[in-house]
Amino acid sequence: MAKIKMKKKSTSTDMTAMCDVAFLLLTFFILTATAKIPEALPVDTPASTVQTKLPDSDLATLTIGNTDGKDKIFFDLKGRDVRKRTLELMGQKYNVAFSEEDKDKFALMTDFGVPIQNLKQIIDMKASDRVKANQPGVPMDSLDNQLKEWVYNARIANNEYNNSINSKQELQIAIKGDAKEQYPVIKKVMDILQDQHINSFSLVTGLRGKDF
Amino acid sequence: MAELNTGDSGGGKGGKVRSKKQNSKVDLTAMVDLAFLLITFFMLTTSLSKPQSMSLGLPDKDPKKEQKDIKVDEHRTMTVLLGDKDKMFYYMGLVNNPMTPKLIAYGKDGIRKELLKRKKEVLAYSTAKGKPDQGMIVIIKPTKKSTYKNVVDILDEMAISSIPTYTIVNDFLPEEQKLLEGK
Repeated sequence: MAKIKMKKKSTSTDMTAMCDVAFLLLTFFILTATAKIPEALPVDTPASTVQTKLPDSDLATLTIGNTDGKDKIFFDLKGRDVRKRTLELMGQKYNVAFSEEDKDKFALMTDFGVPIQNLKQIIDMKASDRVKANQPGVPMDSLDNQLKEWVYNARIANNEYNNSINSKQELQIAIKGDAKEQYPVIKKVMDILQDQHINSFSLVTGLRGKDF
Repeated sequence: MAELNTGDSGGGKGGKVRSKKQNSKVDLTAMVDLAFLLITFFMLTTSLSKPQSMSLGLPDKDPKKEQKDIKVDEHRTMTVLLGDKDKMFYYMGLVNNPMTPKLIAYGKDGIRKELLKRKKEVLAYSTAKGKPDQGMIVIIKPTKKSTYKNVVDILDEMAISSIPTYTIVNDFLPEEQKLLEGK
């Protein structure tokens, strides 16, 4: 009788192709990655069907959120040179001295929400601590309206910078509000902007399908 | 001293060195593992899509400038009141004339249907008057109790229904106040 010889199958598979694909994807993700920056004030933006994207430069973002029952507003600005100059102008306005090192650090920071008197402490913190710092928000009441000054000085700084590179782009303002935020708070921020004759601004939203 | 032992054991079997056949396959399992780990990491930490933004233009308000009230044909206007708890009322023209404010829902089957219907009506009305370029005007009135989401939702409806003119107004008529408090 013929003896049937079972062929011994090798258990190891050829992984070359898999490895190729994996590294291709890896390369793609590394090259397209822009690191997600932890936000000091996480907000849940409402969704809309508009497709326009936020610009990458010449943009100031006012984040409006609510933590522990208190409405807070955070300020963020794009562009390192603009940030530096804005901090300088704000320092002059409120008589707070910032060293050159502080300005460099501030240029690399993201959003913050403290009165300018306490800004130095936030600058000195590590990025991971800033998120946990429980920042109280930029003051914006009628007695101490620092938000207005921040927006105003950011516009000056942005214009100075753009003039130096022969661009006529104005600073755009984006409002990034939490979906559950009450309208009066948003209105107050819009009023602050309108007092400076900023009548058009962007509302940051998430994306949703056309027929939701 | 440090000498690499290259495997020839010297005088073994007649001095014939037989080179071992090396397996050309390398075990890639560990490499693939690592690659996928990194892929996962990068996928999770990237923010692939930039946030969308909706541009909103508001009329200039300058307390110094005397603003002339522009009279608008009430047949062209629709007023939307945003109340608390995601409620919304709307009426055409003047309040209680020709219709009393009606409660309406957000979304596809609520306000959007009405907007599209009314938009057509207004266009027909304007065309009959010989001014087909005059479309509908929507006045959005968010109350103090409405949320930011409500405002964005209704602005989004404007964009979807492509309403040519809309604005946000913060003054309320007494009738509107009564309506919003009563319900």
